[in-house]
Amino acid sequence: MYQYDTYDQAMVDARVADFRDQVRRRLDGSMSEEQFRPLRLMNGLYLQLHAYMLRVAVPYGTLSGAQMHMLGDIADKYDRGYGHFTTRQNIQYNWIKLEDAGDILADLATVEMHAIQTSGNCIRNTTSDQYAGAIADEVVDPRPYAELIRQWSTFHPEFSFLPRKFKMAVIASDTDRAAMRLHDIGIQIVRNAAGELGAAFYVGGGMGRTPMIAPLINACVPLDQIIPYSEACLRVYNRHGRRDNKYKARIKILVHELGKDEYTRQVEAEFAHLLTQNIEPPLAELERIKLQFADPAFEGGISDTLDRSDPDFALWVDNNTHVHKQPGYRVVTISLKPVGGIPGDASADQMRLMAKLAKDYSFDELRVTHAQNIVLPHVQKAELYTLWQQLDAAGLGSANLDKIGDIIACPGLDYCSLANARSIPVAQKISERFAAREQQIGELKLKISGCINACGHHHAGHIGILGVDRKGVENYQLLLGGSEGADTSLGTITGPGFDEDGIVDAIDKATDVYLANKSGEERFLDTYRRIGMAPFKDAIYAKEPVNG
Amino acid sequence: MKILTGNDLKSGAVTWWDGADWSLHIEQAADVGERGEEIAARENAARRVLAPYVIDGAQTPDGPRPAHIKDRIRALGPTVRLDLSLKPADPAAGNWVI
Repeated sequence: MYQYDTYDQAMVDARVADFRDQVRRRLDGSMSEEQFRPLRLMNGLYLQLHAYMLRVAVPYGTLSGAQMHMLGDIADKYDRGYGHFTTRQNIQYNWIKLEDAGDILADLATVEMHAIQTSGNCIRNTTSDQYAGAIADEVVDPRPYAELIRQWSTFHPEFSFLPRKFKMAVIASDTDRAAMRLHDIGIQIVRNAAGELGAAFYVGGGMGRTPMIAPLINACVPLDQIIPYSEACLRVYNRHGRRDNKYKARIKILVHELGKDEYTRQVEAEFAHLLTQNIEPPLAELERIKLQFADPAFEGGISDTLDRSDPDFALWVDNNTHVHKQPGYRVVTISLKPVGGIPGDASADQMRLMAKLAKDYSFDELRVTHAQNIVLPHVQKAELYTLWQQLDAAGLGSANLDKIGDIIACPGLDYCSLANARSIPVAQKISERFAAREQQIGELKLKISGCINACGHHHAGHIGILGVDRKGVENYQLLLGGSEGADTSLGTITGPGFDEDGIVDAIDKATDVYLANKSGEERFLDTYRRIGMAPFKDAIYAKEPVNG
Repeated sequence: MKILTGNDLKSGAVTWWDGADWSLHIEQAADVGERGEEIAARENAARRVLAPYVIDGAQTPDGPRPAHIKDRIRALGPTVRLDLSLKPADPAAGNWVI
């Protein structure tokens, strides 16, 4: 994986010193909150419901064991012994003291980490496929390109004050595991009919209050021109984005209002101009980055068989491991969704354990997934049973990947100052209600947001839940039919909302409709798409019979 | 009643104006009447509080309570981690929040 060069380290160290001084000036009164607020936000430090919250960047979700270990140590030393992994593949700490912020950033810098651009109207952490570099169905490892984007976008002076925040994702597989088309720019690296690699650019997607699926604006940008093409996309947005209205300021609104064709025309014109300016990064830099993502030293000729005699282990293998490109290896997903647990939360001890297991079994590498789980990308099949036993003993052995209990949930009103309703208690109730039936129900991606900002990706859930505030009381709207994969679609609201218990009952009825109508190997989403909303709506809103 | 609340500048902890100073405990919140904005401006300028604002509340047999769920959650901590609330020993701590 990528290791900082002297420029990277010097930039991060300088930022730590800058922020330490800014905190000192805020605390001694020489800087007002109005002056300080944009500075702390540029370093990922928010003020949330209970305290300051620090969001730490995990570029394209990739971590070393030492980095994960440090995240655990920070949870213990500066927070309350846990952290929350997010849908941006980052981690958040909920109980940070302002006076500790400089020390935390300094500790992070010792392991090549930071909180730069995890907030503010700038290009945020670029996300990617958590299986990158480990699977056979990708045309190339997308992470070097995500790293190139990280270097280009960090402290980019032209794009530090965009109309709104800006999110990018890079994948290189037809199986989209990064919700790519729901980003401001989604890039899929593809191989064209001539066998050449290129980048398909999807621009103007997003969730929030106006969800949109990004349209394709260029099917094959040459790989060495990803940066100038991205720059062209950003320039047109920066020029015309709606700075007058926060709710219309995202690029999706611009693309929609200009129209895809006109937006594309302007991007292509800007791109043609940029190509005359020689701003492409040197190919040597891309090659230097690529070398750092070379395959680890996989062992050849090892056993490709597995002892499945322990049924709990076999269930976990079937649910939480994925075929690897190297015979004898599997990709392992560690579920952070125990029954009744808080989705995405991990204790300091669990983080340190995962760091150790990465070192022992996965070439010292981990990934954070946008679904708030952790991946060990390269594990020998022969080591899986020992690994699973250690995970299970630490509460990390849930066999529920992509099942109804593998819920994406934002922090909601329990932590977030923007939220209108709590997300976590609803997730906990659903997890408990369906634990015994989740294997029978099969793949069902359920996502919960506590407000219209959609950090919990409710628009893209096979079942989505949106928490709203109805005259001071929490109310939950139900959506069906969303998807974030290669078949991206947006969910449709079923009808009137429910209270906290009512929403769980409504999901119960929806899954009953699915099981009653399921044909063959259909997933919940497939059945919904085939039979439509009506049978679900009829069951969900059916009046209870009145006796007598 | 009107309650003045904010966060501690250094720690970020939720605080409540008790009539003379800032308290971590909602039970000690004072009714600021019409003086909330004036107190908030003064305390903010002195860096004794961060982001203060006035909320509606009610006096109950158990003491002052914020009217809105968001501030009730601020008063006690996350409803899903009662071990992190200000009253971890009180089994009913979360009951009045919702």
